[in-house]
Amino acid sequence: MRGMHDLGGLEAGRCERDEHEYEQWEKRVDALMMLLSARDRDLMKVDELRRNIESLGADAYDRMGYYERWMHSIAQTLIQRGVITIDELGRKLAEQEARDGRG
Amino acid sequence: MSAATSDTAGYYRRMQAAVEELLILKGIVTPEDVQRQVDAMDARNYKRGAKMVARAWSDPAYQARMLANGSAAAEELGLEVGPLKLIVVENTPGVHNVIVCTLCSCYPRMLLGIPPEWYKSRAYRSRVVREPRAVLAEFGTRLPEDVDIRVHDSTADMRYMVLPLRPRGTDGWDEERLAALVTRDSLIGVARLPDQG
Amino acid sequence: MGAAESVPARFRVGDRVRVRGADPPGHLRTPWYCRGHVGTIERLCGAFANPEELAYNRPGLPAQPLYRVRFQATELWPDYREHARDVVEIEIFQHWLERAAE
Repeated sequence: MRGMHDLGGLEAGRCERDEHEYEQWEKRVDALMMLLSARDRDLMKVDELRRNIESLGADAYDRMGYYERWMHSIAQTLIQRGVITIDELGRKLAEQEARDGRG
Repeated sequence: MSAATSDTAGYYRRMQAAVEELLILKGIVTPEDVQRQVDAMDARNYKRGAKMVARAWSDPAYQARMLANGSAAAEELGLEVGPLKLIVVENTPGVHNVIVCTLCSCYPRMLLGIPPEWYKSRAYRSRVVREPRAVLAEFGTRLPEDVDIRVHDSTADMRYMVLPLRPRGTDGWDEERLAALVTRDSLIGVARLPDQG
Repeated sequence: MGAAESVPARFRVGDRVRVRGADPPGHLRTPWYCRGHVGTIERLCGAFANPEELAYNRPGLPAQPLYRVRFQATELWPDYREHARDVVEIEIFQHWLERAAE
């Protein structure tokens, strides 16, 4: 079966010449990917990142932005690798929410 | 569960901050590491590719080396590209090259920085391998009838940059002036460079 | 990379090859649109660890030869109307390729 990311040759709409000024958090997602996949650290392979993005499901492209998919995937990979636990992440996220005043 | 936790707006921003904090606490990265990486990527843009193009137009021997080994040619000009495996594809009067990654968004980031949003879009990735001229037309680019198109799908370890045709009317121009003509879109292949004068 | 860690290259520039029509699950870097199609070896890029294995944090060795394969657009798309000499060039790992009948 064609993966939902495997787009070559499919019908699609007009190419909109979208440009995007990246927010700080998006740049930091990119930075985390670079740091974690660097040869001397090897805590994540780009291929694991891609596989986890591909596993998101067909509507991920519509539901989620580019760096949202990356961030989901980085977290998934680190959990799979045992670098962080789901519980640790959940607690840190709750702290972040509290800081944002939304908790 | 509150509505806030299922709302993605801000959720992934918070996740980035949470993961970064955990990695710092575990001694895996430092805050300086992350900032340095952000700054390094900010410093990479299409002008680094433009420098290579200007040199290639000015020096046929450099052009030959660049077409044989793009990464070595970048490093020759002091452009650090790390593990990038760059292939430069040459536009000629009879051939026009276009770059895409249909499977995700592979791009020569270590040379040119982060790709434009449209390069990662469903529309571009789906259509440029199938109807390149229609896609180019949407970018305002129309090719003469006798020009063949080569679409390069960056599916594995190689990354690509187009060597655009040198515009007419630029004889004797120095490299700085030539480099200023080169656009990001011409390095991806959705644009050509206009003749001068 | 040591000889033991990479598979020898089977194909040369100019060879006609067919992309296997395999359809396994998992992380694949051989796009759907070229499966089953015939192209020509344009160059050998080198040998690289298999991304299908790297995706599961396995070493992906021995390294597989990676080729750029040139496909005529009219071969890939039966209704291709744009231009008879247009091509699409795709990086494909050796284990996805078989020799095509001349």
